[in-house]
Amino acid sequence: MSTSVSPVSAPRATRLGALWNSAVGKKALMAVTGIVLFLFVLVHMIGNLQVFQGAAKINHYAELLRISPPFLWFTRIVLLVAVFVHALAGIELWMERQRARPVGYQDYRPVVSSTASRTMIWSGLLILLFVVYHLLDLTIGVVNPRFEHGQVYANLVASLSRAVGAAIYLVAMIGLGFHLWHGLYSMFQSLGLSNRGISPTIQKFAIGFAVLLTLGFSAVPLAVILGLVG
Amino acid sequence: MRITLDIWRQKNPRDPGRFERFEVPNVNEHMSFLEMLDVLNQQLVSEGKEPVAFDSDCREGICGMCGFLINGEAHGPLRNATVCQTHMRHFKDGDVLRLEPWRASAFPVLRDLIVDRSALDRIIAAGGYTSTRAGSAAEANQILIPKPSADKAMEAAACIGCGACVASCPNAAAALFTGAKIAHLGHLPQGQPERMGRAIAMTSQAHAEGFGHCTTIGECEAVCPAGIKLEVISRMNKDFIKATLGGYANEVQTLAALPPSAAMRFFEAEPPKKEP
Ligand code: HEM
Ligand code: SF4
Ligand code: FES
Repeated sequence: MSTSVSPVSAPRATRLGALWNSAVGKKALMAVTGIVLFLFVLVHMIGNLQVFQGAAKINHYAELLRISPPFLWFTRIVLLVAVFVHALAGIELWMERQRARPVGYQDYRPVVSSTASRTMIWSGLLILLFVVYHLLDLTIGVVNPRFEHGQVYANLVASLSRAVGAAIYLVAMIGLGFHLWHGLYSMFQSLGLSNRGISPTIQKFAIGFAVLLTLGFSAVPLAVILGLVG
Repeated sequence: MRITLDIWRQKNPRDPGRFERFEVPNVNEHMSFLEMLDVLNQQLVSEGKEPVAFDSDCREGICGMCGFLINGEAHGPLRNATVCQTHMRHFKDGDVLRLEPWRASAFPVLRDLIVDRSALDRIIAAGGYTSTRAGSAAEANQILIPKPSADKAMEAAACIGCGACVASCPNAAAALFTGAKIAHLGHLPQGQPERMGRAIAMTSQAHAEGFGHCTTIGECEAVCPAGIKLEVISRMNKDFIKATLGGYANEVQTLAALPPSAAMRFFEAEPPKKEP
């Protein structure tokens, strides 16, 4: 071993800063923010299914969510911060990883890994683009063909009854499914909560929720296209 | 059997390199993969050509010197085995095999299939040690170690430092290697005093060396010749998070990137000029 030791003095950092400055810590922050986002999409999906109980029901639900402005804004800010931290960490780590292997292989054959695990940055960026579109479509309404504040049911029917509206939605939900397929498994590892005994169970949990969320979200545009909701 | 090889040829770290095709007509299926390359090199030397450079030492899977990709798989198609433990009977007559060196910015190619893995040594140097009482030898059974801990430490200590985990990782992460080194000391009572600082020091060194981050892809575990389990990475992450939130980060020193290793200097040097 040709190794001698010469210490470098690093700038002092806070504990959270030290997490952010390291690759392992960034992944831990991605896992924590990923859990926040996962819980949000889970609740969101369950809320959406009220579409099947009629216009009055889901419009009333949307009103309930807005009953307390401080609570609404608190939730929005938590989610915005979570998306920001999660996406920034993901993009920074991805850029570092590009530098970690500047010359690629002529021939590389994955032995065991899933496609989902190797395309997290792309499924993540797809979700990011979709979230922007989604807010413009159904929250702010500027890209919605017939937007009216508070008329959640009518707004989503107007958007999703167009082929392009439904297609964007479905593609994004497949992307979300891919992201969660691997993400919900990987986050346990990132937080140091995985081991060989529990890993197969975690894998099943991740696949189960990825499929559940993709189907649950996709039910709405599919129902609109098939004329079951409208 | 007849084997066709597409081998990466690169004179030195600065040479851009290219693949070169070789035919080995009389391969005995009982040869090991490296013996087959020995035969090729004999052939090349007798033709007055430069032999293909590759690393090897023990040729029985324990030293960690050998390793390259065979048709896109680190250490080739045989699982839980190094290249030197792979035999030609695992291939078919007429096979075309592509041999490519480990690729990572932290593993510069020195020549052909040889890469510089001293970055792994520096990860060990950063924290892979324990404090011991020097002087008279302590009584061997003074510190009792529970059997499950000893087994797990032993399992992690099986890592031979070959670098296949880095090579097969789409992120070129050294997480399996670093995790194995941390687990092998962290499972033992002797490893406890430095445990927190070790997780920070070794992962920071890996980051500084330019290895990527772990995204739980799992290719490393699949190709690892020593059967190191993915859970060592989870343990490493847990130690790291505990240590960082515990405020150890500012107490740990990282090593400087070192001057090029002796091997690197040797291969980087201009080839000696022939006498006119
Ligand atoms: C609904 C929104 C999202 C959810 C629920 C979600 C969830 C997750 C989870 C649970 C992980 C695993 C974290 C870990 O391994 O520790 C993850 C990883 C990741 N996410 Fe997201 N994410 C979302 C949005 C995004 C966005 C907008 C991006 C944009 C760049 C993104 C990029 C990534 C990347 C690059 C990874 C790391 C991949 C890996 O470790 O293999 N995600 N995500
Ligand atoms: S963990 Fe396995 S693949 Fe990685 S260096 Fe150690 S023995 Fe080689
Ligand atoms: S030559 Fe020692 S492990 Fe292959």
